[in-house]
Amino acid sequence: MISKERTSSSGKLYKIFIYFVLILMALSILIPVAWVFMASIKQNVEFYGNPWRLPASFYLENFRAAWTTAKMGEYMLNSVYVTTLAITILLVVALPASYVLARFKFRGAKFLNTAFMAGLFINVNYIVVPIFLMLKDGDQFLKKTFGSFFLMNNLTVLAVVYAATALPFTIYLISSYFVTIPKDFEEAAYIDGAGYGRTMIQIIFPMAKPSIITVVLFNFLSFWNEYIISMTLMSSAKGPKTLPVGLLNLMQAQQSAANYGPMYAGLVLVMLPTLILYVCVQKNLTKGMTVGGLKG
Amino acid sequence: MKKSIGRSSFILLCVAPAVILFTVFMILPTINVFRMSLFQRGAYSPGETFVGFDNFIYLINDAQFIRSMQNTILLIVVVTLITFCTALVFAAILTRENVKGQNFFRIVFYIPNILSIVVISGIFSAIYKPENGMLNSIIGLFTNMSNPILWKGEKLVMVSIIIAMVWQAVGYYLVMYMASMSSIPESLYESASLEGASRFTQFFQITIPLIWTNIRTTLTFFIISTINMAFLFVKSMTSGGPNGASEVALGYMYSQKDAGLFGYSMAIGVMIFLFSFALSALVNKVTKRDVLEY
Repeated sequence: MISKERTSSSGKLYKIFIYFVLILMALSILIPVAWVFMASIKQNVEFYGNPWRLPASFYLENFRAAWTTAKMGEYMLNSVYVTTLAITILLVVALPASYVLARFKFRGAKFLNTAFMAGLFINVNYIVVPIFLMLKDGDQFLKKTFGSFFLMNNLTVLAVVYAATALPFTIYLISSYFVTIPKDFEEAAYIDGAGYGRTMIQIIFPMAKPSIITVVLFNFLSFWNEYIISMTLMSSAKGPKTLPVGLLNLMQAQQSAANYGPMYAGLVLVMLPTLILYVCVQKNLTKGMTVGGLKG
Repeated sequence: MKKSIGRSSFILLCVAPAVILFTVFMILPTINVFRMSLFQRGAYSPGETFVGFDNFIYLINDAQFIRSMQNTILLIVVVTLITFCTALVFAAILTRENVKGQNFFRIVFYIPNILSIVVISGIFSAIYKPENGMLNSIIGLFTNMSNPILWKGEKLVMVSIIIAMVWQAVGYYLVMYMASMSSIPESLYESASLEGASRFTQFFQITIPLIWTNIRTTLTFFIISTINMAFLFVKSMTSGGPNGASEVALGYMYSQKDAGLFGYSMAIGVMIFLFSFALSALVNKVTKRDVLEY
């Protein structure tokens, strides 16, 4: 309403200025991302000419090199495995726990709720070294008693660690939704003779679908993009790696070898899945963020 | 039909896995951070020796630690200031002005947030490349550079990291502020403009006071997340180089772990934790105002 009244020339100038700044900012984000996509299909000689020139052809050899020679294909599979497994474990563990913590009164419920809330403030960057030492000691113990070890350089263990460190945020977000569901639903189910487990799985979980989707989206992004824990727990040179760690190694190797094409192809391989997901679900994501705005 | 399991066993069954995972991978490591900071433990000598506060005494005289703390504080102040102002102003513009394509801008500004920090550091290595880099080739259009600007050189490396961190963070806070600004009732602005209040007056007298609670929360986020993000950025962009010029506190902690000094590394962790806790408490206290309601 207000803006219709402003037709003076200074108002128009102001409007133009606003659009100018907004577009400038949008470009400062879009151009670098587009630049990487362009560079990923350039041949190596093209990196020495004018950097703003469009790629001469679709040089897909970069992707082949990144996929096989730099093992990005293998790392991609590892990342898919770790992310899927971590999200599955997380949902299986966190959903029943959040339901019970939100809906049931029992001794210790308050303490557990406070403990998980406090967990929101524990950042993984602080505890990555103790986790590393714990698993290393565990391996040494296993080797002494059983002669073999498996805790370090193990994708499944990494997925468990991811799921565990995401628990406080997930429980916080889902149980804050469960609290709002009226008690009548469960009472009706109990009268119909459904047990606790069936009521939870068949009545309550389907109702929580929107928050479950939010949780899956956020955790997909954080597990897929994570690199510090992965780098620390997968430190063996020959062991399995996840995509961001593989990319980091590729970046360091290609910088010194001045072979840029595969590096940019690797960048595209890491960010393409997140970009596609984002375009599909951006409404859910930015809305969900304001609900669970605690994730720094 | 009889109930298959009792109430208390149902509760136990549901809560136990979460409690076990949480205890093993979060509570115990957190306790260990504090405990190990009082011990000496090396990578090659498996035993631990209790050394009291020796690690901390050594720490406050460690020039490299002090430098990394200085860099961290610099990043907290500068990145917070720039990101905060930019996000706030753009959120106000996108919610208050009838901007066409409001949705488009919101979507674009949030993109950096969904990218891995490794990807962002890859993007910025293309931007900062001395020969043929994006930034130097733009600057080259206006002035004739005899020597390319070394963005990751000792002098400019902190500036480069600040730019990358702001680039990544603005979208997140912008969406946060937009959400709380859009819940302010339109009628307040209408009556204000009837009384002749300009846009700027409205921004400072209506918008800022009414989202103050949100601003306070995000200021705490800024402190905590800048400490963490600085580590993720520096580790993947420069690894603390050149010559330790861009080392940050958590990065120094991690490098001591790599050097095999686990106890010392944890003492650094404790110091950073106490620092961030104290700073958040201070900011919280300073920004305390009466909550306005509408």
